[in-house]
Amino acid sequence: MSQRAAPAAPAALAAQMTHGPTGLKAWLTTTDHKRIGLLYFWTAFGFFLIGGIEALMIRAQLAQPNGHLVSAETYNQLFTMHGTTMVFLALMPLSAAFFNYIIPLQIGARDVAFPRLNAFSYWVFLSGGLFLNASWLTGPLFHAGMLNVAPDGGWFGYANLTERQFSPGPNIDFWLLGLQILGIASLAAGFNFIVTILNLRAPGMKMMRLPTFTWMTLVTQFLIITAFPVITVALVFVMFDRFFGTHFYVHQAGATPLLWQHLFWLFGHPEVYILILPAMGIVSEVLPTFSRKPLFGYPVVVYSGILIGFMGWGVWSHHMFAVGLGPIADSVFAATTMLIAVPTGVKIFNWIATLWGGDIHGTTALHFAVGFIAMFIIGGLSGVSHASPPADLQQTDTYYVVAHIHYVLFGGTIMGLFAGMYYWWPKMTGRLLSEPLGKLHFWLQFVGMNLAFFPMHLIGLLGMPRRIYTYGPELGVSDLNLVSTVGAFLIGLSILVFVFNMWRTSRHGQRASNDPWRGATLEWSIASPPPVYNFSVIPTVTGRLPRWHTERHPAIQDPPAVPPAPIHVPGGSWWPMVAALGLPIMALSALTHTLWIVFVGVAVLLFGIYRWAFEPFEV
Amino acid sequence: MTHSAVAHHTSMGLDSRKMAFWTFIGSECLLFGTLISTYLIYKGKSVVGPYPHEILNIPFTSVSTFDLLLSSLVMVLALAAVQRGDMKWAKIWLLSTALLGLVFLGGQVIEFTEFVHKGLTLQTNLFGCTFFVLTGTHGAHVAVGVLWLLTLWVRAVQGKLGPANAMTVEITGLYWHFVDVVWIVIFTVVYLIQ
Repeated sequence: MSQRAAPAAPAALAAQMTHGPTGLKAWLTTTDHKRIGLLYFWTAFGFFLIGGIEALMIRAQLAQPNGHLVSAETYNQLFTMHGTTMVFLALMPLSAAFFNYIIPLQIGARDVAFPRLNAFSYWVFLSGGLFLNASWLTGPLFHAGMLNVAPDGGWFGYANLTERQFSPGPNIDFWLLGLQILGIASLAAGFNFIVTILNLRAPGMKMMRLPTFTWMTLVTQFLIITAFPVITVALVFVMFDRFFGTHFYVHQAGATPLLWQHLFWLFGHPEVYILILPAMGIVSEVLPTFSRKPLFGYPVVVYSGILIGFMGWGVWSHHMFAVGLGPIADSVFAATTMLIAVPTGVKIFNWIATLWGGDIHGTTALHFAVGFIAMFIIGGLSGVSHASPPADLQQTDTYYVVAHIHYVLFGGTIMGLFAGMYYWWPKMTGRLLSEPLGKLHFWLQFVGMNLAFFPMHLIGLLGMPRRIYTYGPELGVSDLNLVSTVGAFLIGLSILVFVFNMWRTSRHGQRASNDPWRGATLEWSIASPPPVYNFSVIPTVTGRLPRWHTERHPAIQDPPAVPPAPIHVPGGSWWPMVAALGLPIMALSALTHTLWIVFVGVAVLLFGIYRWAFEPFEV
Repeated sequence: MTHSAVAHHTSMGLDSRKMAFWTFIGSECLLFGTLISTYLIYKGKSVVGPYPHEILNIPFTSVSTFDLLLSSLVMVLALAAVQRGDMKWAKIWLLSTALLGLVFLGGQVIEFTEFVHKGLTLQTNLFGCTFFVLTGTHGAHVAVGVLWLLTLWVRAVQGKLGPANAMTVEITGLYWHFVDVVWIVIFTVVYLIQ
């Protein structure tokens, strides 16, 4: 291992070192966690827009009874791809963007533990996302029209609908192969971030001094590396059933399609916490900063997060009450589900207590953080109502569940992620987003989401089933559906305001200082955006809020702007991208039932891995 | 794998690559756990034969199992040789580990072929589905391990592997022992407890 030793001292050289190489090659080969974070952000934001357009088409279809904007077949593809895209291509990678950009800065590190593995994760994620979405356009290759071969079995892909007998086209193949690729990206990132957080902490950064966002990220990564193997195997069974004629989910052979539900939700419920814990971490950073108070009960918030991580494994069958598992299983899972609301509720009280008596600064980030708390409470309460099997049986497969999931994942995760975007935008880009536009964005989105999703509670209780492409006027839900559609388009408008804000900020935005918000954590001690080496001197941490002066600890000194000694910066590498390319090639082989392509894919993967393993990692 | 950016000083005092590998093994436990659970859930659910007791050859597989256990011992010797800088024996033991892995894979090929001749394929019944996918996944792991060991052996022959790379060999050993332990579970669950 030889690394470039950058020349020291002179200001011109230091400035050159600060920015790092530019150009297309520098981005394609980058191993810098900040650049990979930005790549994650822009890619995931693009998929978020695609998933949003799918949602608007769904709502346009449902605006009126007996709608005929899209056919039933297209509608199936729209809701399947909307769910799959938002969960795997928008929310998870938007969180990953913050893991990448912020975690090394918060723990006082120069990069993640395995910079090239990090690049590999990104390229695998990108190829998985493109593979899934290619299904919209590639119909003609399978002797079908455009918009005909996208996945159409729901984001949960229940067996035995996904068997070749019932879904003969390539739709489900796109879905399961795409998810397998994305799972590899998440797993690789999971190993990387666990090691980064445990092993690359600055001196004095004890575990109970870690920022809350870093703690919640750590719990999330443990959930990822334990939950994803389960869905990997469940999907392998679907692959074998579809490609090799096995009977893992075939009733006639003695198997039970319920195996899929158990395996999927055994993954799926931890996945819910994979989606929400990072947002909880972001909110736990934003609230103290803008209340000028330490997080109330920091250890309890951390322990609650860990407890949620463990308990998240014991509640999966509440997704399956309608299956009829029997009174004992139903009672146990009802009890565990109600119990998991306790650590979640503890956190909510901690957040409210953080605000209480604080010196509140009503920034856009704080608006989103408080919006998160309020909306997540509503989503949490409707969640507790599903915990009771008799109530759940009334709600299963109705719009009530759609209302619940959107209060949790939109009102919760998306609100939390937007809080993070407004909070860390100056750190990531060097410019402050416009606050007036940000507040307009917030209020449009807040009103829009409540108009869109609150009526769904009523629509569901009145009996409208989900995943059905239309409904009759006699059901009496026409007006409520129209309100919901108006709300959805308001959300769309709010996102346009945000896009405009980003564009305007990139041109006219106010330059950000190192620390525009007076934050307590280490990322605010360095330039915005940070130099390529992050910290000119690795800080020594003496307290949980290193940059705040508290009763116990004085604030630590910020590192000097110019490094006093040469800093080793690892260079770029092509091989993570080459290795990643092997995976979609292998998936293409399965998709087209062409055996020789798989050997090409394996060869590319192995070639990439070997070059990666034996290259001297330097500039 | 080469070193990470900050490999030499770590907060936990444990090499980052080794820690990453332990998290990987934790993840693999869930992978094999799911496969083994599925095997157990579908045990006795096949509606047509051949059934496990008609077809599983315990003496033959016992020999394969012994072979794999022996390979773990040899892997320990390989690591010890690398650590003390004895590259002559390191090469011998690394190659021996890989060859013992190949013998195990050969045994699996013979076993699978025999089963197919006796009428058990992937598609025959649930036993066939779960058995071949579980043991096949394990076999794929052994194959990756053999490739990895042969790579180390080639590096040793080229003179590019020495005591400075002991951590690389140690991690290879972790992988190899893990795959071995998984086989002991599979052998017990599938072959011994019918």
